[in-house]
Amino acid sequence: MTVPDHTEGEPLLRIAGLSKRFGAFAALSDVSLDLTAGEFVCLLGPSGCGKSTLLRLVAGFETPTSGTIMLGSEDLAALPPHRRPVNMMFQFYALFPHMSVGRNIAYGLKGMGMGRTAVADRVAELLRLLRLDGFEGRAPDTLSGGQRQRVALARALAREPKVLLLDEPLGALDRSLREETQGELRALQRRLGTSFVVVTHDAGEAMTMADRIAVMNQGRLVQIGDAASLYERPASRFIAGLLGDVNLIEGRIAGPAAGAIQAVETGFGRIEAATERSWGLGEAVAIGIRPERVTLVAGAAALEGRITERTYLGDRLRYRVTMADGTILRASVLSSGHALSPGDPVGVAFAPDAIAILPP
Amino acid sequence: MRLVRLLPLLPYLWLGAFFLLPFIITLKISFSAAATAQPPYLPVLDWSAGPVGWAYFLEALDFANYETLAGDSLYRDAALSSLALAAAATLILVLIGLPIAHAMARAPGRWQPALVALVIVPFWTSFLIRIYAWIAILKPEGLLSGALMQLGLIASPLEIMNTQTAVLIGLTYAYLPFMVLPLYAVLNRLDPRLREAAADLGASPARVFWTVTLPLARPGLAAGALLCFIPMVGEFIIPDLLGGSDTLMLGRVLWSEFFSNRDWPLASAVAILLIVLVVGPVVLFREAEARREEAGK
Repeated sequence: MTVPDHTEGEPLLRIAGLSKRFGAFAALSDVSLDLTAGEFVCLLGPSGCGKSTLLRLVAGFETPTSGTIMLGSEDLAALPPHRRPVNMMFQFYALFPHMSVGRNIAYGLKGMGMGRTAVADRVAELLRLLRLDGFEGRAPDTLSGGQRQRVALARALAREPKVLLLDEPLGALDRSLREETQGELRALQRRLGTSFVVVTHDAGEAMTMADRIAVMNQGRLVQIGDAASLYERPASRFIAGLLGDVNLIEGRIAGPAAGAIQAVETGFGRIEAATERSWGLGEAVAIGIRPERVTLVAGAAALEGRITERTYLGDRLRYRVTMADGTILRASVLSSGHALSPGDPVGVAFAPDAIAILPP
Repeated sequence: MRLVRLLPLLPYLWLGAFFLLPFIITLKISFSAAATAQPPYLPVLDWSAGPVGWAYFLEALDFANYETLAGDSLYRDAALSSLALAAAATLILVLIGLPIAHAMARAPGRWQPALVALVIVPFWTSFLIRIYAWIAILKPEGLLSGALMQLGLIASPLEIMNTQTAVLIGLTYAYLPFMVLPLYAVLNRLDPRLREAAADLGASPARVFWTVTLPLARPGLAAGALLCFIPMVGEFIIPDLLGGSDTLMLGRVLWSEFFSNRDWPLASAVAILLIVLVVGPVVLFREAEARREEAGK
C-alpha cells in the first residue's frame, strides 16, 4: 500500500486536536499524537478512557467531532473505512465464522487487483509468517485461542498496511500464552517495519512491547513517553499508580534545596526530590516513590520508622514500615541481604532522583 | 413429582394428539369412497364384528381418489399454481423483508423494540378483516385506483381485483412479518464487528452485504422462507377473497370438495397431497443444509 508524499523522518500518522462526543459524553478530548514509521505505540488506560475510540476514529468506524487525522499528506477523515490505508486487528478477532482460515486471510486481498495466484502466494506467505501452515482449510471455530489470534493478525497484515491498529490483541489469551505472544508480536513488528498502534489496559504488556506508551484517562492523552520515563517520572498520581506499585505521600513544598532539588515537608519529615518543574512555596503536592527505591538502613537516620510487616516473595522481601506519624511505606528489597523483623526500628532514606513530585 | 417426570413427553403427546392422530384419520378417509351416509364415506370399521370386520374394512380401502387426482388436470393445475404463487410470493417477501430486517437491525438500539412492535401490530386485527380491507383497496373503484387516477398516473381503473396479482399482493402483505422477524432475529445478533472487519479490509458496503451479512443471515432467511412458503401453498382465505374464480389454488379446491361437493375422501386426498407438497421442500432444504455442513467440515 502506498502512502502519498511521505518522506522519511516526518511523522507517518499525525493526529491533531481529535475530539469525539457521543451526545453529552466526551469520549475523546483534544488528543494529539504523532507516529513515526516503524514505531510501536501502546495506548494504555483503564476501560472507558477513550483508547478504543481513538483507534476506531483512525480506522474510520467513528467520525470525529473535531480534529484531523493525517496519514502522510492524506486526510483520512474524508475517507470511508474501506478506502483507508490502515488495517485493524479487532478485539476478540472478529474472524468471519463462515470462511476458512485461508479465505479469512485472503478477504482483504480480493479487490486489490491481484491475480488468483498472487493472492494464493500471499496467503501462503502469511500462513508461514504466523506459523499457521496446514490450517488454511480449517474453520475459525475449530482453532485454539492462540491460533485464532494469529489468523486475525495475518488477515490484518495481508494488505501490508503502513499502520496497523490492534485493539487488545492479547486480551483474550491466557496468561502464559500472553507473555510469549508479547515477544512474538514485538519481533514481528520489527521484522515488517509496520507501525503498530496497540490498545491495552495492561501496563506490563505496554512496557514490554512499546517504543512509546501513550497513557489515556477520561478521554485525554495524559502522558506519552517510553516505559522508563513514565515509570520514573510520572506526571500524575494516576499514571504513577497505573504503571506499578507506588507509595504516595501527601506533603507541601518547603522550598528549594540544592540545584534542581526541592524539599517537601511530609507528616514524618522532610524529603528532598529532584524535579524539572517549578513549584510554589507551601504548595500542596504528593510525592511518589516506588517500593524498590525505598532504602532501609539499620541504625540512626533522618527518617525513622518501625517494621510492622514482612512478606517473603522469593527473590524479594516486602516490608511495611510505619513512620512516626503513622504513615505506612511499602519497601521492596532483595531477599539476599539481612532480613529485618516486625518490631525492628529502621531508618528510611530515598535518593532524590527516585522521587517524583506530583500534583496533589 | 411424577407429573414433572412426564413433562418431557408433552411435545410427543401434543404432536400425537393434534398432528399424528388427525393425519392418520385423514389418510384413512382419503382411501375411502364417498357415500350418502353419516359419516359421508365408506367403509366404517365395525368394532363389534371382530377380525371379520377388520378384513372387510381393509379390503374396502383403495387408491381411487389419488387416481382421480392424477387423472384430472384440475388438481394438477391447482397444485402447480399453488406452488408457483407461493414461490413467487416467497421471492417477493425475501426481496422486501431483507432490506426491512436489515434496516431494523441497524437502527439505533432504543428504536428497535418499537420497530419490532410495528411489525407485529397488524396481528392485533383479525386476519380476515385485514384481507377484506385489501378488497376495498384493490377493487376497480377502490382506494388504489382512485389515488392513481387522482395523480393522473392511470386513465382507467386498475383491473387487478380477482386476479393472481391481487393474490400475490395479499400473500406478500399477510406473510411479511413471518419473513421479517426471523431475519431480524439473525441480523440483530450478527456481531457488528464482522461488518467493520470486512470494511476495514477494503470491502465496499455492497461487498460487505454479499460476502458477510447475507451468508451469515442464511439461517434466518431459510426459517423465514419456510415459515411463509408452507402455509402459503395451502392458503385459502387470500385466494378466495382476492383471487376470484380465476385463481386456482389447492386450498380452494380442498374447500369446495369438502363443503360444496361433500366428497370427504377426495378432499382428504387433496389434503394429503398438500402435505406431500410442503414436506418435499422442507426435506430437500434439510438435506442441502446437511450436505453444506458436511462440506464445511
